[in-house]
Amino acid sequence: MATGSLSPANEANAAYEQQKAAVTRVPLVTNDRNLPWLTQNVSSIVESKTPIWWWISIFFTSLVAAFGLFCIGYQISTGVGVWGENHPVGWAWDITNFVFWIGIGHAGTLISAILFLTRQKWRTSINRAAEAMTIFAVVCAGIFPGIHIGRVWMAWYLAPVPNSNAIWPNFRSPLLWDVFAVSTYFTVSLLFWYVGLVPDLATLRDRAKSKVSKFAYGLFSLGWRGGNRQWRHYEMAYLVLAGISTPLVLSVHSVVSFDFATSVLPGWHATIFPPYFVAGAIFGGFAMVLTILIPARLIYPQLKDMITPQHIDKMCKIILLTGSIVGYAYAMEFFMAWYGANPYEIWVFLRNRVADPFIFGPLFNVPPAPYWWAYWAMISCNVISPQFFWFKRNRHNLWLIFIVVNLVNAGMWFERFVIIVTSLHRDFLPSSWGMFHPTWAEIGLFVGTFGIFLTLFLLFMRFLPMVTIFEVKTVLPEADPHHHPNTHNGEVKH
Amino acid sequence: MAEHPKVYGIAAEFSSAADLMHAAEKVRDAGFKRWDVHSPFPIHGMDKAMGLGKSWLSAVVFCGGVTGFTTAVLLQFIPSSFLYPMIVHGKPFDFMTVPAFFPIMFELTILLSALSCIAALCIFTRLPMWYHPMFNWERFSRVTDNGFFLVIESRDPKFSESRTRQFLGEIGGEHVTLVHD
Repeated sequence: MATGSLSPANEANAAYEQQKAAVTRVPLVTNDRNLPWLTQNVSSIVESKTPIWWWISIFFTSLVAAFGLFCIGYQISTGVGVWGENHPVGWAWDITNFVFWIGIGHAGTLISAILFLTRQKWRTSINRAAEAMTIFAVVCAGIFPGIHIGRVWMAWYLAPVPNSNAIWPNFRSPLLWDVFAVSTYFTVSLLFWYVGLVPDLATLRDRAKSKVSKFAYGLFSLGWRGGNRQWRHYEMAYLVLAGISTPLVLSVHSVVSFDFATSVLPGWHATIFPPYFVAGAIFGGFAMVLTILIPARLIYPQLKDMITPQHIDKMCKIILLTGSIVGYAYAMEFFMAWYGANPYEIWVFLRNRVADPFIFGPLFNVPPAPYWWAYWAMISCNVISPQFFWFKRNRHNLWLIFIVVNLVNAGMWFERFVIIVTSLHRDFLPSSWGMFHPTWAEIGLFVGTFGIFLTLFLLFMRFLPMVTIFEVKTVLPEADPHHHPNTHNGEVKH
Repeated sequence: MAEHPKVYGIAAEFSSAADLMHAAEKVRDAGFKRWDVHSPFPIHGMDKAMGLGKSWLSAVVFCGGVTGFTTAVLLQFIPSSFLYPMIVHGKPFDFMTVPAFFPIMFELTILLSALSCIAALCIFTRLPMWYHPMFNWERFSRVTDNGFFLVIESRDPKFSESRTRQFLGEIGGEHVTLVHD
């Protein structure tokens, strides 16, 4: 290949550069940032003066949270009748919201555990915020099953303790499995998060100026001093926690799905539920991660070098993958209803869910399903909207991503609503048919959980490092012990 | 210093992770036993450079997991099969119903593994320990930013104030300093 004026040596060099560019990975931290830059720019988010937007935001979110707490108080003091649940719809928004929030948590554990075991180094910069999101989402989730039982002061009956009535909980019930699964999930996520925080709290301790922050960060960093005799156990602990969190995260949503799948209700009684729920949880969770991180990158521009377009691109791909799995599961539920030839199950899918007044109702010659709009909202948000992410251009368009992930957030809520309410609202006898109508108290509680979630997240942003400083440091070229400043990326000069 | 406080060790600073690792290899080969390196992040290959083996924290976690599993087996079968045997939703209460008892066995195995992991981490790393002599050295506050440090403790049998100081200088250490307790 003659390229005109280039000398043979230059040509070889250009070819070498070209080949190198083709095989070199895009760096995870862009703009050649170094260790002090990372420390400074992550810590400064916490150390700078509290910005005015933060005060305004937390004012509104805590107001909403306070209203949610008021609704909880009202429900507990008056009784579960303040909600719209009644025969035949005995479970509605309460369990919808529970499954919605607990699903959101799953992305955090996926990032911190499964992506760690598979050595996906890009996880390091989004890990901390996603894990925080997990914990706050599980806090919100825990409210619903906690209070929907009506008399919360009897909640201790769930605990296997000897009592004066000689009554033991039924260990063969999926509802009790759920109690164990969710409380284990919360405990392990919190411990995992705190273990990851210790070295970064030590960073804040060493930089702290005021007496209060010196004391607080000093206390919670436990006297961490980064000795290798500590790091070796620390790394093993991290590996072990990742190893046990991986089956845990898969089990939690499986157990949640057992609440439905082990019943005999058409529409719930499906063996596909555990994998379908887990994929949906990861799908919805990544959507929430992006919902939070895209604005965070705008507010703190230094994050753009750590949470790069490459990271967002990868998360979009995960949303596309898991969204497709969810779409496949929706289709497979239909197949099983048809192939199983159970008239009740066919009824639920066709006449309670899919039959809209325009296309499918007339096509199958059935009246429109009362909740057809919920079903088709779910399909449009969860199956159709992520299809934009097949194209690289769309995976780099932040506005489009932000719109799609919010559609996914809404769609995943509708998914749980569809599963729960459309299966219940038409009982086997037409005399037991009825619609579900939410009351102000349960709408207020659902909105209130967003207030609680956002308030906790704002407090997290203000007081704890949003990015895992020490882990991001390990992906810099200078962290490699074979790296020498006179060569680039440890490569030998030609 | 007036009261001559006890010497904890001699510490030196290195400029990069690579330098620290080469220095660690030399300290290991010189036969020191009571020493450590401090870095802002875990350095890949440092365990080998320091002559340290695998961390056996995982063994503690295994014992924790077994305890959790056993707890769940006893917790479920004692009430369900012996104290209060009852057939609920068509599920028998004997050992033939293991699948229905399995989720709680799994969750408690995970829970106790995680708790024992944290307990073992605290014991093995001797944390929390809010006071440590290394914190007396003002340069050491950079260990959580971009400082790489190596310290040889005075209780090491090969420790000698003058020769260790010279040795740390020879292997490339800067700001070689005596750290007091």
